[in-house]
Amino acid sequence: MSSATTTRGSKPVSFISNIARVLSENVREYGMFIALFAIMIIFTITTEGTFMSSRNIVNLVNQAGYIAVLAVGMTLVIVIRQIDLSVGFLGGFLGAVAAIGMTQWNLPVYIVIPMVLVLGILAGMIIAFLVGQLGIPSFVASLAGWLIYRGAILVVTEATGTIIINDDTFNALGNGFIPEIPGLTFWPEIHKLTLLLGIIGIVMLIFNEIKNRKNKLAYNFDVLPMDVFILKLVFMSVLIGAVTWLLAGYQGLSWTAVVVLVVVAVYNFITTRTVLGRHIYAVGGNPEAAELSGIDVKKITYIVFGSMGMLSALSGMLFASRLRSATTTAGTLWELDAIAAAYVGGVSAAGGVGKVVGSIIGALVMMSLTNGMNLMGIGISYQYMVRGAVLAAAVIFDVATRNRGK
Amino acid sequence: MGETSFPKLVSPNPQESAHVEGTMAEPLLEMRNITKTFPGVKALSDVSFEVNKGEIHCLVGENGAGKSTLMKVLSGVYPHGEYTGKIFIEGVEQTFHSIRDSEKAGIAIIYQELALVPEMTVYENIFLTNEIRNGPLIDWNETVKRASEVMKRVGLDVNPAAKIKTLGVGKQQLVEIAKALSRDVKILILDEPTSALNEVDSENLLNLLRDLKANGVTCILISHKLVEVIGIADKVTVLRDGKTISTLNAHAGEVKENVIIKHMVGREIDNIYPKREHIVSDEIMFEVRNWNAYNPALGRKILKDINFHVKKGEIVGISGLMGSGRTELALSIFGNPDKYRVDGELYIKGKKQRFHHPNQAIGAGVAYVTEDRKGDGLILIQDVKQNITIANLRALSKRGVIDFNSEIQAAEQYKQSLNIKTPTIEQKVMNLSGGNQQKVSLGKWLFVKPDILILDEPTRGIDVGAKFEIYTIMNSLVQQGMSIIMISSELPEILGMSDRIYVVSSGSITGEMPVEEATQEKIMNLATN
Ligand SMILES: Nc1ncnc2c1ncn2[C@@H]1O[C@H](COP(=O)(O)OP(=O)(O)OP(=O)(O)O)[C@@H](O)[C@H]1O
Ligand SMILES: [Mg+2]
Repeated sequence: MSSATTTRGSKPVSFISNIARVLSENVREYGMFIALFAIMIIFTITTEGTFMSSRNIVNLVNQAGYIAVLAVGMTLVIVIRQIDLSVGFLGGFLGAVAAIGMTQWNLPVYIVIPMVLVLGILAGMIIAFLVGQLGIPSFVASLAGWLIYRGAILVVTEATGTIIINDDTFNALGNGFIPEIPGLTFWPEIHKLTLLLGIIGIVMLIFNEIKNRKNKLAYNFDVLPMDVFILKLVFMSVLIGAVTWLLAGYQGLSWTAVVVLVVVAVYNFITTRTVLGRHIYAVGGNPEAAELSGIDVKKITYIVFGSMGMLSALSGMLFASRLRSATTTAGTLWELDAIAAAYVGGVSAAGGVGKVVGSIIGALVMMSLTNGMNLMGIGISYQYMVRGAVLAAAVIFDVATRNRGK
Repeated sequence: MGETSFPKLVSPNPQESAHVEGTMAEPLLEMRNITKTFPGVKALSDVSFEVNKGEIHCLVGENGAGKSTLMKVLSGVYPHGEYTGKIFIEGVEQTFHSIRDSEKAGIAIIYQELALVPEMTVYENIFLTNEIRNGPLIDWNETVKRASEVMKRVGLDVNPAAKIKTLGVGKQQLVEIAKALSRDVKILILDEPTSALNEVDSENLLNLLRDLKANGVTCILISHKLVEVIGIADKVTVLRDGKTISTLNAHAGEVKENVIIKHMVGREIDNIYPKREHIVSDEIMFEVRNWNAYNPALGRKILKDINFHVKKGEIVGISGLMGSGRTELALSIFGNPDKYRVDGELYIKGKKQRFHHPNQAIGAGVAYVTEDRKGDGLILIQDVKQNITIANLRALSKRGVIDFNSEIQAAEQYKQSLNIKTPTIEQKVMNLSGGNQQKVSLGKWLFVKPDILILDEPTRGIDVGAKFEIYTIMNSLVQQGMSIIMISSELPEILGMSDRIYVVSSGSITGEMPVEEATQEKIMNLATN
């Protein structure tokens, strides 16, 4: 039937041609990994290795964290054919609320965090109400939110200006690292727990991929040729291994990275494995058909905007924690970074298409650009232009490859 | 046939017809050894196809035979280089790289899904992408004048300034044709133009094609309605599995229904409505009483005092012209997604029910296969498997997590029992042919395991072979005790499949009869009064 079921191919010629074919059939899927890889190599060369240093990679991950979290939520919003422009300033505002909660109301951090997350959900629900119940276009509804939260940030920071946060637990979110396994004193320059987690990650990945492949073969579905499959596993393991090694060589995994990983894991699970996820993509693919299939489109709208609000709150707190303070400018342009990350990561404006993991890669691409250009000392004005060009290139790539492969 | 009766309409270009007679001998279009493959599918293999000037050439074949693909190759949708083989027009080889190129060469294609802009006026649509300019600006006076001329030519009697969305499908179809004629078309391709039209509109359209032919326009017509093919074709080319099987010449008496079917399907089908024993129990499964609906968007009442019922194991046919309110009736019952104001009573197995959302109707054992499978039936960008299971994921999941293995098994089961032609169940539905899409749609609702199945135009755009299969499936479903409500505008289908028939006309039921007492004339009379 299809030629992609070939699992033989020990000759080097067929190996190379297999790789070429798999790549060209799946450009859409692998494109952004390749782009990320290319960007990293370019910056490593132009910065003479500084970009790839342990310290900078840790920095990069922490910088990308708050946008990555937003991009995950934005992916789902765009998947159901909506947009949310209010997320940036909502995040900034809720970051300030968290700061006020701790400094002025003297609430403990373990009350403040859930409280702010719930406030985020409520804010998202308001937009969902306008969009789903009253039929207002989400662009307009969320633009109103954008203005309102911008004003709200100014109001709450008016009296004091920047609000300094002194809570160490809270600040660890953006600056701290996971602890070392107690009692392990050997090999002091390496963070053992990080290393252990990385190894567990690689083992789980390989295990999962092999299980999936077996399953697919059992049902005669197309799978990658064996050699390409192994290459893919090696590539991904090396990538995770390298990042783990770099992180372990500094201070280990940061709490920000942990938060992002948990968010990605949860959302990836929801979108790929659950009924809810399937319903979200169905609404994006064809809302009328979804409604007639018994899916409550309004309910999905509430859930998706609610989750977006919650992630905005999380994003705002990550940012405030990183700066150890809430500022008047927090939230500026975040929504655009998140939207750009989602598009670079392969979501489609037509709805129904887009993966959470893709958007994270998109966020890493955008943040690597900023970080790398900063290291190179390129001025902010050119940075904007380069990021714009990369966004345009990503969307052109998306359109050009839309009808390729499956 | 109509080709000798000269049209009453004045041709704006009288030389055209003279020109035709002079060059009759040379084929106008020749497609030679066309092969087109998609990943996993060879849609066309070595197809050759020849059309002479001034003829109506019908292209028939089973779903997925490659008819639409062949026409997409011809019209530049699949550009030169994406297929192998050659295309000649008037002996000159053509290499189209886009639809624009083929338009320049005089080819116009009208897809089954109309490509008009609903919010624009008739005249704007006719000249869209072909605007009449006066310097940099559009010359609106000339546009309206020229639009009126072509509208007259196609017999479209509406205000040129009317918005497309206010017109019925039949009239929209005419706008499409007017649009094609406005740019000097040599070959007009129509892909299943009558599948969405009622009998009257279909007949009008076919007459128009005869008129155009008399004016020298060459037509390629794709259709699954063999009756109309036999009525209008000069030649018929049959495709099967991506290969040309035969080209039949009507003037040599070769165009006969049984011959076409045999070439299409590869075997003989004597009765396309398979027999079943009519064992209908007395148990009333479904009943609607004093059902009224008001559509606030249109500002009028769409359903008036409807009463009907369905027994266990019965197929009830609901006949009526398009636009008579049949689909609205089904929607108002099925959870009312369009938010009509509905009153009346609904009983399922004797229990009074009221549905506020389709999911409640599904929960009560009702399924509705929509009329418009692309618009509100399927999620085209998702695969066959996901479409089949979307309405009943609950059955495949534990605590909200889908069990992929059972999902695959369910989808495979329907792929096999409905004989869905697709390389794998992971194929995106948009890549399937129309008939196979319809089967996916049916599979999706059978997987809900309903007691009452509402089918809205279940065989629209489906080939004879697949029709036969779907009818056979319907028979086996009622024999297992399911009740079926079949909405259809095809009278032979209503007469061939129903146990009992209701006729709907402008939102009311105008007649009810057992199938033994029904005739085409009787139903038509009730449907048009
Ligand atoms: N874009 C595509 N990608 C993959 N396969 C395709 C694509 N378009 C068509 N096919 C496949 O090519 C074959 C021919 O399809 P085509 O649409 O030409 O059939 P058809 O004769 O027009 O059928 P119908 O009467 O149902 O409209 C089918 O098997 C279909 O699944
Ligand atoms: Mg077709």
